[in-house]
Amino acid sequence: MNEITRRKLISGGVAAAAGVAGLGAADRIAKRYGLIPPDSGGIYGPGETLTYACQRVLNVTRPAREFPPSMISRNPFANEIAPPTAAFKQLQAGGFRDWRLVVDGTVAHPLVLSLADLKAMPVRSQITEVACEEGWSYVAEWIGTPLSNVLREAGVLPQTRYIVYHAFEKNLWGSIDMADAWDEHTLLTMGMNDGDLPVPFGGPLRMRLPRQLGYKSLKFVTHITATDDIRKFGKGLGSVDPEYGYSWYAGI
Amino acid sequence: MALLITGALIVISHPRFYWGEVGNVNTKPLFVIPIPSSRDTVPTSFGYVMPDENGWSRYLHFEAAWVCVLTALVYGIYGVVSGHFRKNLVPDRHDLNWRAYGERIAQYLRRRPPDRTEETSYNVLQRTAYLVVIFVLFPLVIWTGLAMSPAFTASFPLTVELLGGRQSARTIHFLVSWLLLFFLIAHLTMVAVSGFRSRMRGMITGTVKSSGEDP
Repeated sequence: MNEITRRKLISGGVAAAAGVAGLGAADRIAKRYGLIPPDSGGIYGPGETLTYACQRVLNVTRPAREFPPSMISRNPFANEIAPPTAAFKQLQAGGFRDWRLVVDGTVAHPLVLSLADLKAMPVRSQITEVACEEGWSYVAEWIGTPLSNVLREAGVLPQTRYIVYHAFEKNLWGSIDMADAWDEHTLLTMGMNDGDLPVPFGGPLRMRLPRQLGYKSLKFVTHITATDDIRKFGKGLGSVDPEYGYSWYAGI
Repeated sequence: MALLITGALIVISHPRFYWGEVGNVNTKPLFVIPIPSSRDTVPTSFGYVMPDENGWSRYLHFEAAWVCVLTALVYGIYGVVSGHFRKNLVPDRHDLNWRAYGERIAQYLRRRPPDRTEETSYNVLQRTAYLVVIFVLFPLVIWTGLAMSPAFTASFPLTVELLGGRQSARTIHFLVSWLLLFFLIAHLTMVAVSGFRSRMRGMITGTVKSSGEDP
């Protein structure tokens, strides 16, 4: 009896130690390979971290599903946008000629780009689905310049870990990791279905991330900041979404 | 339970269901749940909008899904290795005919008490129900859940294409959740009817006292 208890105690202790060491090692590996999302704290942190880590292990380069032109939705749903401010209306009246995209942070050459500058870069188009966290979805053709073009021109420094993007209304912002930032399917979108991107759909400039839910595809983008420390932004959760209770990573 | 409740809360933000790849308020739904919505963009016959509970519901839904999947993995491996599925869940060969099923259904309908052997073994109806839940409904609900993930379907496009599209996956996910809820209700009712205390003791400790000894 005594023997068994002692053996159990020893093996239990060894298992516990191995478990703690394993967790410690897993934590180090996860941090090293960028498998921990900015909103990994709190009671939902473990689930969120598992999801993000698995998606990053499964897929860094495979693009989102693309569709044939026949599947483009005839009546896409734009969802609600906040009423445009006077400043926005003024830019709209000028045909967005004075719309500027500021690129700064951990870059060698900070940039200020007009829509014409962006259109002068290599442009691509892709037919992808917008899926909202509420459950609805539609397919559209999106035309724009890959974010990676802008990052290359600005000379993103090697310590950069996240790209933060702000909307015209500064209280709306998000961020993505470098895997998504360098992905050529991450588009600074200016056109939709062979026309200019309409304002209700985020025109004149929308960040499109087809491998994540719609709320990561921020409308009215005006400012991009490369950073090596995401905690400096907002409440340090990676985007404004976790501050409202929504997860930072929207690839599910 | 966490999955069912948070799932229901998420449905409230868009209680319309579609078939195929896409669906939104501008497309014709397959069916609509007649409840108010938590979004004012969704037309309902109600004059008010429910509070938005999607954020924490989604966090909890996916975390609970991880617990469910990991537990199922352990259970599945144990079930195969220990022979639990083969011994206790696959119906006996002599029970695999319509008559055996008919007799069991008749027994339930006439509310005849089961004989002593059923205290330690499942009958053919129970076995079939458990097999369907374990090997059809749970895998299906996990599959259709993953088929709604834009990142997962980027890695494995076939997982959603085989189902006929993203909205089909969502609709199947919703319907299978109802079947699982029905199973849960039926299961709990049966447990309650057959003696809650002795059944719970059986589930947790793995031993069952014969009814003669039960106080």
